[in-house]
Amino acid sequence: MSFSSLLLQQTINGMSLGAMYALLALGFTLIYGILELINFAHFNVFMMGSFLALWVLQGFGLTGQTVILTGLPLIGVLVAALIVTMFGTGVLGVVIERVTLRPLRGITGPAAMITTIGVSYVLFNIILLLTSAQTLNFPNPLPQLQWQVHGAIVTLPEVLIWLVAPLLMTGLWAFVQKSRLGKAMRATAQDPEAARMMGVEVDKVIMTAFFLGSALAGAGGMIFGLYYNFTSFLIGFTAGLRAFTAAVLGGIGNVPGAMVGGFAIGLIEAYSGQFIATEWSDVIIFSILVLVLVFRPAGLFGRLAPSKS
Amino acid sequence: MLLEFKDIDTYYGDLHVLKQVNYEIGQGEIVCLLGGNACGKSTTMKTIMGVVRPVRGSVIFDGKPIEKLPTAERVKRGIAPVLEARRLFARMTVFENLEMGAYLRARGPEFEQDLERVYSLFPRVKERRSQIAGTLSGGEQQMVAMGRALMARPRLLCMDEPSMGLSPLYVEQVFDIIQEINRQGTTIFMVEQNANMALQIAHRAYVLQTGQVVLSGMAAELRVNPLIREAYLGEMQVPAPA
Ligand SMILES: Nc1ncnc2c1ncn2[C@@H]1O[C@H](COP(=O)(O)OP(=O)(O)O)[C@@H](O)[C@H]1O
Ligand SMILES: [Mg+2]
Repeated sequence: MSFSSLLLQQTINGMSLGAMYALLALGFTLIYGILELINFAHFNVFMMGSFLALWVLQGFGLTGQTVILTGLPLIGVLVAALIVTMFGTGVLGVVIERVTLRPLRGITGPAAMITTIGVSYVLFNIILLLTSAQTLNFPNPLPQLQWQVHGAIVTLPEVLIWLVAPLLMTGLWAFVQKSRLGKAMRATAQDPEAARMMGVEVDKVIMTAFFLGSALAGAGGMIFGLYYNFTSFLIGFTAGLRAFTAAVLGGIGNVPGAMVGGFAIGLIEAYSGQFIATEWSDVIIFSILVLVLVFRPAGLFGRLAPSKS
Repeated sequence: MLLEFKDIDTYYGDLHVLKQVNYEIGQGEIVCLLGGNACGKSTTMKTIMGVVRPVRGSVIFDGKPIEKLPTAERVKRGIAPVLEARRLFARMTVFENLEMGAYLRARGPEFEQDLERVYSLFPRVKERRSQIAGTLSGGEQQMVAMGRALMARPRLLCMDEPSMGLSPLYVEQVFDIIQEINRQGTTIFMVEQNANMALQIAHRAYVLQTGQVVLSGMAAELRVNPLIREAYLGEMQVPAPA
């Protein structure tokens, strides 16, 4: 492969990973924007999403990569699995907020953050026990289609990721910008007390943020499975950590920042894996993060000292 | 009475801020609340809006106790705030800020009517409707803050230091508009440091001192009350330089 083909190939790979990281990073950013809380449970909500998708696909009688579907049945199964997964993780996020975080509302200090770490470990351990710590083969009904583009290869899962992820992100963007509840979310992020005095029910806004963020994480989890053909209890900490990095890189709390950060991390991972060494990917990702934060402490698009007035 | 405080005690933790406070605000009045720093003026406003809850006493709006109601319900019943230091949603547009004022109301002819009313009261706000609110000048932001409150179509407007930090020209405008809003039928309860101006447009006033009402009466009488002149109208006694 020529250098330009390699570069193109890694750009394709990086954009696919990036779309997944961006979906996940959005959840961190939505919740941080409103509660100024880093929700560590999000890592494993993503992991749960991948398992939910796995169970739904198995429910359709799919195992491994042996059952291939095409046409309407394929679309039907994928859409159904995506909807169930996103709804499931969305509800999971809402339950986590309602049960473990709402009682701590108004308490300053790290209590809420520590709680999310605890919840994260509970989810992690549930799946660890259910799977006996095994890595599972992820059902993939997609035909093995691929296309040559200037010496690089684009596969069907990648094309699907590029269709679905932007669709979801545009949907979220439109919701936050245009809908009544979306505007209430932005208002609450900027000044919770003033928003409340306009009649905004802040609890409802927080619930919405958890639902949307967690639903997107679920979509990310399903994409992970279809892309890598496996899932495991560990993926929350590997992929989730990179997505969190993406959110911080873009400026946590900033929605477009999370998207840009996600794609940036995906590309860095792909390029460094190709041109340096896969084992160095994380070192490079985090070195770039540190460098960016040294020069722009609030991230690429973030504002220092959340402007609350 | 449109709004009454009956023996209200409000605390922040152990800090006793409002002590046995009573107010009565009649339909159609402009009532002004005067008082020094940290005496509980903003806390009064927050107690009306339900952002803080009184420990004892009752807040009556339109004949019904509201002190246990959530904030949104109070807004629905017709109370809207103009917050201290304006507190616009700084990264939203002026129009979106106005929309947030009407958050609990349906879009439709009434919304459009209220929008027109705000635009005619504040032509400047109309000009700036697509601008990001945080980029406006202080005076313009105050206009938006007042417009935002009017978008709730309130019966009672609670204003916390609407003239704070504004240039004299804007101060005058703000007080003119408050009178105009009142003439159009909205009752106004207003905290002010600018006692001189406030007592000129208010019908009645209360004076709060470390959480207690120490004086109240008709604005015209308070304007000539020696205690008030000394404490709050100091500048009036300095003869203007020729
Ligand atoms: N959220 C709060 N928590 C604790 N103390 C507060 C809070 N808000 C105000 N206070 C205190 O309550 C007192 C009255 O405050 P406030 O009503 O804002 O005074 P002002 O008359 O200047 O508007 C002050 O001593 C202030 O420090
Ligand atoms: Mg105050």
